[in-house]
Amino acid sequence: MGIPETCKEMPVTTLSTPTIGSAGKTGSWRTFRPIIDNSKCIHCLLCWIYCPEGCIIRQEDDSVKIDYDYCKGCGICSNVCPVKPVKAITMEREEE
Amino acid sequence: MEKTVIDTANHIAAYAAKAARVQVVAAYPITPQTSIVERIAELVENGELSAEYIRVESEHSAMSACIGAAAGGVRTFTATSSHGLALMHEALHWASGSRLPIVMVVVNRALGPGWNIWADLTDSISQRDTGWIQFYCADNQEVFDTIIQAYKLCENEQVLLPAMICLEGFILSHTYMPVKIPDQEKIDEFLPPYKPKWFLDINNPLSHGNIVTPDWYMDFRYMMYEAMENAKKLIPEIDKEYGRQFGFEHGELVDKYKCEDADLILLTMGTIGSEAKVAVDNLRREGLKIGSARIRVFRPFPTEEIRKLAENTQMFTVIDRAASLGMEGPLATETKASLYNQEDKPLIAGFIAGLGGRDVTFKTVEKIAKKSLEWMKKGKVEKETSWVDVRD
Amino acid sequence: MVTIKELPKEEYLLKGNTACAGCGAAISLRLLFKALGNKVILVVPACCTSVIPGPFPYTSFAVPVQNILFEATGATASGVVAALRQRGIKDVTVVGWAGDGGTFDIGIQALSGAAERGTDFIYICYDNEAYGNTGVQRSGATPYGAWTTTTPSGKKERKKRITMIMAAHRIPYVATACPSYPMDFINKLRKAKEMKGTKFIHILSPCPTGWRYDTSKTIEIGRLVVQTGIWVLFEIENGKFKLNPPSNGLVDKAKRKPVREYLKLQGRFRNLTESDIEKIQRMVDEDWEQYRKMMNQSV
Repeated sequence: MGIPETCKEMPVTTLSTPTIGSAGKTGSWRTFRPIIDNSKCIHCLLCWIYCPEGCIIRQEDDSVKIDYDYCKGCGICSNVCPVKPVKAITMEREEE
Repeated sequence: MEKTVIDTANHIAAYAAKAARVQVVAAYPITPQTSIVERIAELVENGELSAEYIRVESEHSAMSACIGAAAGGVRTFTATSSHGLALMHEALHWASGSRLPIVMVVVNRALGPGWNIWADLTDSISQRDTGWIQFYCADNQEVFDTIIQAYKLCENEQVLLPAMICLEGFILSHTYMPVKIPDQEKIDEFLPPYKPKWFLDINNPLSHGNIVTPDWYMDFRYMMYEAMENAKKLIPEIDKEYGRQFGFEHGELVDKYKCEDADLILLTMGTIGSEAKVAVDNLRREGLKIGSARIRVFRPFPTEEIRKLAENTQMFTVIDRAASLGMEGPLATETKASLYNQEDKPLIAGFIAGLGGRDVTFKTVEKIAKKSLEWMKKGKVEKETSWVDVRD
Repeated sequence: MVTIKELPKEEYLLKGNTACAGCGAAISLRLLFKALGNKVILVVPACCTSVIPGPFPYTSFAVPVQNILFEATGATASGVVAALRQRGIKDVTVVGWAGDGGTFDIGIQALSGAAERGTDFIYICYDNEAYGNTGVQRSGATPYGAWTTTTPSGKKERKKRITMIMAAHRIPYVATACPSYPMDFINKLRKAKEMKGTKFIHILSPCPTGWRYDTSKTIEIGRLVVQTGIWVLFEIENGKFKLNPPSNGLVDKAKRKPVREYLKLQGRFRNLTESDIEKIQRMVDEDWEQYRKMMNQSV
């Protein structure tokens, strides 16, 4: 919905439309960003299922990629990654 | 088949809900409303009304369930009284702000402490800011007809606000009167099936009622304000159309009786309006030119009607069956507010009568009228607000 | 039993919402939609979830949502269920999704009424153990000893046992869940969907904001709370109590991790004394004696 000028362009009551980024580009919240090392990833999809934002994109072959526009940098994906001794997802400080 | 029944306003309200083909009823019993929900339970169980009756566990839940049902896209009905209405107060705001055409009968009863189950309009009057349309009935026929009219009004796209149909506890609720119930086919023609403006639809998923910031909120309220103005125009049309179809009209916004040449007009609501008509006839036999204007619709307030009446009379006497403590009778306040900026400003005297079921008969009204006439002769209202028949 | 790989890709809680980073409720909502798809109508009272989707004119939910008054989830859901039935709509699931405040405290009456009437819906309490939305004040779900803004020296009372309260209503299905055990939650939801009547699921929602822990540890904390036996995964199906894995392997105290391991990770338990921790350990152990007696019994 564009920004209405008059009431006639508004719904009669507070009916809201499904929108990606209703809070804007929440990627701006990050202090740390997750980095995926595809050579280590075992396609277990734990990061995908546990991401609170649903911004880990599951590809056709079950590899994953991060939507950095919305990733809030919580670090759960890295925390749950089962790969040892070095995780397939690590957190790095966001550039200034 | 049209038929005449002799029944209480409560039972009549149940039959009106049935005639309106309501689909969900969610209600909680409270004296003196109980016989409405009891009759509805019978009608649902014997199949005469194919609705769901949700026997909720409180009035707050009653209105919340009605909101859920109306948001689900069906015609909804409930009824309550007094403390029950007070308990659902926040839900009243949610219902009107959701623009859901819920119709509710309020059997007017005083608020405690102590427990007073008798007639008093304070319960519904004190909800006048909630964005609900308010009708006040003077007899059982009007109760039936107004419920049907209310659905037609509220479901109109120009309105989309809920309405309360108020009737006084024990005076109407439990009193038997003859009522003509029109033929169901004709009612169906007058009131077609409900087509919701919005509803919860998996094919068009929307969220209703999430956060709304100062950037938007006020515009939604403005739209409700406009809807009330539209209601003011539609109510007379609907009453007239109903009259043409079924032979009964109830005065549109203000039920006027012998006002054309009246020096003094009695402004009342509910059954005091019926008593006022008797008082008017009696006083006219004494040569006094009195008229009665029963405010049938309190929200939206009939400002224009009041102003028109003011043009041809010297005095309004307002009889309130409610009191806004710290100010005066609410009808008196709103009448004065309607006239403040006008040229024609009659004298206005306010009387508070009948709280907690204290009886108001035509004799009371005559007494009030005669006192007012005294002041009218002097050209000055000696007491802004008088409490009638109290131990003062 | 479905596997992660078999779960659908579609998201119905859209990204870019206002949930805190690491929010347990957001994970739980994603799992809800993985389990049930989008033929769902949510009834959401005042709680974190009424704010998470963002402000009008936008929402992050791609299913119909009725936001409603704080107390009213059970009642409003009853109304929606009745409306769908009147309209002949059979393939939509009504889900009441409420926080612990709207379930244990202010909302308990409407929930009880809906359950007593056998309302055909799924009610999910996502429990972050405080009034999260208004800034972490204590609720009836706050555990013993926890800091909240209204219990700054630690809550003195124990957590209400909402699942036992719901079981007492004789509803067909009561269960607990935790987002750290996603397939368990998903299976329970799918089972609940197939049943008639009121189904109640109590899912713990670890909350980095309210519990004071690093946002990355939500799932880790959710595992520990079950491994210590503080949170128990169980079902009460038609009155019969059953422990679910891994809780069914924790009846023996030696198999349970000490509660200390869970408590020490959270800032809200920072002020617990040794004696408090021992008390909490005792409470958990005593509760487990009860669970042992309840196993495979009717409650």
